[in-house]
Amino acid sequence: MSVSEFNLDTGETVLLLGESGSGKSTLLSLICGTITPQSGTVSVAGEDMAKLSSAKRDQFRAEHIGLIFQQFNLLPFASVIDNILLPLRFAPKRRDRVLNLKDQAKQLCNDLGLPNDILDEKASRLSVGQQQRVAAARALIGTPPLIIADEPTSALDAATQSVFLELLFNQSRANGTSLLMVSHDARLADQFDRVVHMADIITPKGGET
Amino acid sequence: MIIRLAFGSLVARALTVGMTILAIALSVGLFLGVEKVRTGAKASFADTISGTDLIVGARSGSVQLLLYSVFRIGNATNNLTWESYQDIASRKDVDWIVPISLGDSHRQFRVMGTTTEFFDRYKYRSGQSLSVKDGAIMSDLFDTVIGADVASTLGYKIGDPIVVAHGLASFSEHKDQPFRVSAILEKTGTPVDRTVIVSLEAIEAIHVDWKSGAKIPGQSTAADAIRSMDLQPKAVTAALVGVKGRLQVFGLQRAINEYPQEPLLAILPGVALQELWQIVGIAETALMAVSAMVIVTALIGMMATIFSSLNERRREMAIFRAMGARPRTIFGMLILEATLIGAIGAVLGLGLLYICLFIAQPIIDNSFGLWLPIDPPAMREVWILIGVVAASAIVSVVPALRAYRMSLADGMMVKI
Repeated sequence: MSVSEFNLDTGETVLLLGESGSGKSTLLSLICGTITPQSGTVSVAGEDMAKLSSAKRDQFRAEHIGLIFQQFNLLPFASVIDNILLPLRFAPKRRDRVLNLKDQAKQLCNDLGLPNDILDEKASRLSVGQQQRVAAARALIGTPPLIIADEPTSALDAATQSVFLELLFNQSRANGTSLLMVSHDARLADQFDRVVHMADIITPKGGET
Repeated sequence: MIIRLAFGSLVARALTVGMTILAIALSVGLFLGVEKVRTGAKASFADTISGTDLIVGARSGSVQLLLYSVFRIGNATNNLTWESYQDIASRKDVDWIVPISLGDSHRQFRVMGTTTEFFDRYKYRSGQSLSVKDGAIMSDLFDTVIGADVASTLGYKIGDPIVVAHGLASFSEHKDQPFRVSAILEKTGTPVDRTVIVSLEAIEAIHVDWKSGAKIPGQSTAADAIRSMDLQPKAVTAALVGVKGRLQVFGLQRAINEYPQEPLLAILPGVALQELWQIVGIAETALMAVSAMVIVTALIGMMATIFSSLNERRREMAIFRAMGARPRTIFGMLILEATLIGAIGAVLGLGLLYICLFIAQPIIDNSFGLWLPIDPPAMREVWILIGVVAASAIVSVVPALRAYRMSLADGMMVKI
């Protein structure tokens, strides 16, 4: 698979539209640095990912990218607060930006409309909608410059979907964070700064990155 | 936080992890138990006889002399004549001497002729004396004192009659002179439990009408007539000797070994016991090896459990990866997990051992005469526990490597 060119500016919100199997996962893995391109460059926040060692890429991901998946985002056996603080464990700089871990986690939960006493709850006892909000809080904590959301709303019903997206938008705008969201749902398009169709940037084989 | 998460992950899989921990705890408990019994048996064995400085008998092997004089196993090839006995007894460096005369039996138990001084001088388990559970030490010629096992096996009470058989496993009994149970001893865990003790004179008395191992036909001397006879023995089987000063032991030993009138042998009980233990000790090594294998089996079981958990935990590992954990961290977490399992198992095993000890200690002491002390874990046991924890960490390297490769291939997306 090859990607012709794809850019994302700081603070921009972009919706990446594509059906499943269109190479979204591979593109996200490239950006996150869990795989490296055979040719061409991937740079995130000005850093050429291919030039970093795999260990550095892992740390880079922890420092700069907040991730939200479709579902099963959380460690089911861990408490909500442990789940939210987990990326900071691998990202010392991002951790340093948070003055008080517990307060910040509480604040984020509050902003995302989660009840106050949820922090010590076990993640597996939460509803799917609550779990996605906890995942959002985890992505937002320590204000990473980029948030990647891979079909974060597909497991939610319509009403919860729009509430979740609004909260996510508010938070990322407030922090000046870039938001890259992948979805197959074109109805979400008008809420984003820009919409990119997978088909436009990806050719199944060959070509330049 | 990683430790807390690893712990949480373990708790989430409580059933399988619990089983694994139980297997390790049981195996560790078994191993420590075997170790405990082994050291207990060794100590008990070494404590069979204490307070005696030398055992003297006719010249044979030291282990053989120990076996028949103390353990009542096997027979004396020769006797110690009364003259030699008297000679040794009258030496200046001899503090006390107790004669032992063996050769007869009662049912499956050996009969031992000795003097009443035996009850004062025979010590076991570092200086403990024999004590009477019931009755009084023999006062009459035909009185016997029986060991705890003799009493319980044959159901004897004070006052019961006993007929002594000539030789061992023999059908010719000394029916003319029936004995009476005058005392039953407390359980000691030594061969004394399985011994019928009579006076030295009584051994002579029952052989009055005998010659060369057979009864003289038609001859029967009444008990009263025997009482009035001179029952000085012509020989005894062996003698227990105590010296006046510790330093004189070796001098006396040499003097007895070089005794010109008769070929004699004097042994230090401790040394002979050690020699004997080296022979018995092969069994203990085998026992240790078997229980070590049980630990190995439990550890392999743990490895299998971790292996089979890997697939269901791919998502968990993917989340860690997405959050920025390196594959190396995943590797480390699995090692940490196995170490936790091993450590909990080891500590539980130790706990199990102590619980079993508390329950079983009096039972084992009563039925086997084996005293297992309840002490805080010895250095050796601590090392065993550390070894188990270390071994679980090492064993888990195999599944951890697999997890490393899996998480490297999966990245943050699990394709299930």
